[in-house]
Amino acid sequence: MKEDINPPVRNIEEEYHINIGPQHPSTHGVLRLVASLKGETVTSLKPHCGYIHRGIEKMCEKDTYPQVIHLTDRMDYLSAHINNHVVCLLVEKALEVDVPERVQYIRTIMDELTRIASHQLWWGCFGMDMGGQTCLLYGMRDREKILDAFEESCGSRLLHSYYTPGGLMKDIHPNFQKKVKDFIKYFRKKIHDYDCILTGNVIMQERTKGVGILTKEEAIDYGVTGPTGRASGFSCDVRKRYPYGVYDRVGFKEILGTKGDTFERYMMRMLEMRESMNIIEQLIDNIPAGDYTAKMKAVLKLPAGEYYQRVESARGELGVYVVSDGNKSPYRMKFRSPNFSNLSALDHICRGFKIADLIAISGSLDFVIPDIDR
Amino acid sequence: MDFSIYDLTSFDQGIDKCLYENLTPFWATVVEMTLIGLIFLIFYALVALFLIYAERKVCAFMQNRVGPNRVGPYGIFQLIADFIKLMLKEIIPIKNADKFLFNLAPFIVVIASFMAMAAIPFAKGLHAIDFDIGILYVVAVSSMGVIGVLLAGWSSNNKYSLIGAMRSGAMIVSYELSVGLSLLTVVILAGTMQFSAIVEGQANGWFIFKGHLPAVIAFIIYLIAGTAEANRGPFDLAEAESELTAGYHTEYSGIKFALFYMCEYMNMFIVASIAATVFLGGWMPLHISGWEGFNHVMDFIPPFLWYLGKTFALVWVIMWFKWTFPRLRIDQVLTLEWKYLLPINLVNILIMAFIVLMGWHF
Repeated sequence: MKEDINPPVRNIEEEYHINIGPQHPSTHGVLRLVASLKGETVTSLKPHCGYIHRGIEKMCEKDTYPQVIHLTDRMDYLSAHINNHVVCLLVEKALEVDVPERVQYIRTIMDELTRIASHQLWWGCFGMDMGGQTCLLYGMRDREKILDAFEESCGSRLLHSYYTPGGLMKDIHPNFQKKVKDFIKYFRKKIHDYDCILTGNVIMQERTKGVGILTKEEAIDYGVTGPTGRASGFSCDVRKRYPYGVYDRVGFKEILGTKGDTFERYMMRMLEMRESMNIIEQLIDNIPAGDYTAKMKAVLKLPAGEYYQRVESARGELGVYVVSDGNKSPYRMKFRSPNFSNLSALDHICRGFKIADLIAISGSLDFVIPDIDR
Repeated sequence: MDFSIYDLTSFDQGIDKCLYENLTPFWATVVEMTLIGLIFLIFYALVALFLIYAERKVCAFMQNRVGPNRVGPYGIFQLIADFIKLMLKEIIPIKNADKFLFNLAPFIVVIASFMAMAAIPFAKGLHAIDFDIGILYVVAVSSMGVIGVLLAGWSSNNKYSLIGAMRSGAMIVSYELSVGLSLLTVVILAGTMQFSAIVEGQANGWFIFKGHLPAVIAFIIYLIAGTAEANRGPFDLAEAESELTAGYHTEYSGIKFALFYMCEYMNMFIVASIAATVFLGGWMPLHISGWEGFNHVMDFIPPFLWYLGKTFALVWVIMWFKWTFPRLRIDQVLTLEWKYLLPINLVNILIMAFIVLMGWHF
């Protein structure tokens, strides 16, 4: 229930502030939100970032391009593959390398698996933010299957650094295809459980419908992308609009919402998981044979100039902007992280709602804090 | 002194007679009160420990986990280890806190739940005080706990605690109505407020079966309102881990936190045992008129086990609520009470009164 927070005469003395974070169970990291409250109603919100700022962009200026990839993992650790992908694509485009078909297929599959894994964890955390603690364990349990598949092929579960400019570190494990197919068969059943325990729940629907509305115009103004932007009807799927990998060769729908409330944002991700499974199913049996990497020079030097590349990460449009002066490391590297833009909309959409709604809204925006601060 | 697990009346009357024969009436009363107090303390601690263990296991199984399984077989000693840890933990003094109220709050919560236990009939003859207004007493005493919660939130000089306490105050005051009215529905049916008489009245069938639909509705409303009274999920707004970190007991540590923690479980136990006593026959075995053989078999199970079985079944239902439902928002909680439960309850009482008046109940 949205309350009018701007009565003609505003009594400042009735307001008080609470610090949500940097250490708080539902900020999912070290984000600090200073909320001004009137009773339980949020009148304004100030996000304070920088608690996990590691200077990744500055560190990139000292590293060579293959080394930069290892740093990108640490930004949005839940879509590590996709972060790797954006740098690889940029380098490949700048050097005009022909990436083998096999690599493109595997990268697309890995990206989509990452997206599912990220949404599973988000679903669990969102459930926990709403107070349904069982969800977290369900999400974690199913994510484990994807991580197992990653572990066999990439050698690690969270920060893979699996992509290299021109290809992959190693070829996929012989079990990979079987594992992924098993997972999809398994998860198609389990996602139904997700709907049973949370989506269809009356309390959850009552708490999310009509809460935290972001209109399409506001979404565009704030630069909100990803499932959050699409829930508002902003068609911003990079996979559709600027295809990379083999996304132009697979059939998938760009899921668009209309209302832009918390429930819609929730549904976007639930439907996206299903769509990602469709994409993987189309690709997993058709991975062409060939090399797992293109022939690359030992030292990669980008021709002097400016480059930009974008991909669709699990949270929205991830862009990387590079200024090269022809050396082996970039002169300047800037990441356009989806979470940072999404966070900017939080203050606007949570005004007039209760603290409990604020938690639900910030849960539905799906923040990964290291990606905000970098 | 003869002893039978089916009827403990002669047993405790024997003890009573023995004490009064050997001591002056004053000392006999003192000894009796001390004995009962001790027994309740031990029972209280044991039930709280068991419930915490049970909840950890129940929620683990609901969440595809194993739960505590390292300390002792099936982790049964985990709680004793936790208890020792909480006892030895430092009690952190809070700056600018109202020291007196801060220290008093956990005890008020404990005393409220402790007093409510006195009126519950555990088995035939196992009953500390048999008030003739037992239900009124329990409702009155159990609602005292909210004072402790409010004090805890107010005195700990923390905004999260304060918000949690205010939520809890608003919620418990509202749900108190539903608890009272749904119990009143049964009081109309039973014609008495005395717990022993209510249980005796269910000898030939539990009130949930005897009172037609109104009794079932009252039972459901009582379970919902009771869950809210015990501050359990989906009504755990006072704690609201994801919003208020730990709500009213954010600033408590060590044994004082343990008292709050224990109380949560004891309140749940009391809610469940009153529901079992009032609606499901308390220690009365399940009897179906006409099935003589079946009734005879049921009589073999001791009353205490009947009572515990029913109570823990309801406790399990309350746990099941918590681990499957998301939390409600404060305005929704109040809407649910004032716009739905209360009107339904009032109509329900009227229907029940009408049924009793016409003699349609069994």
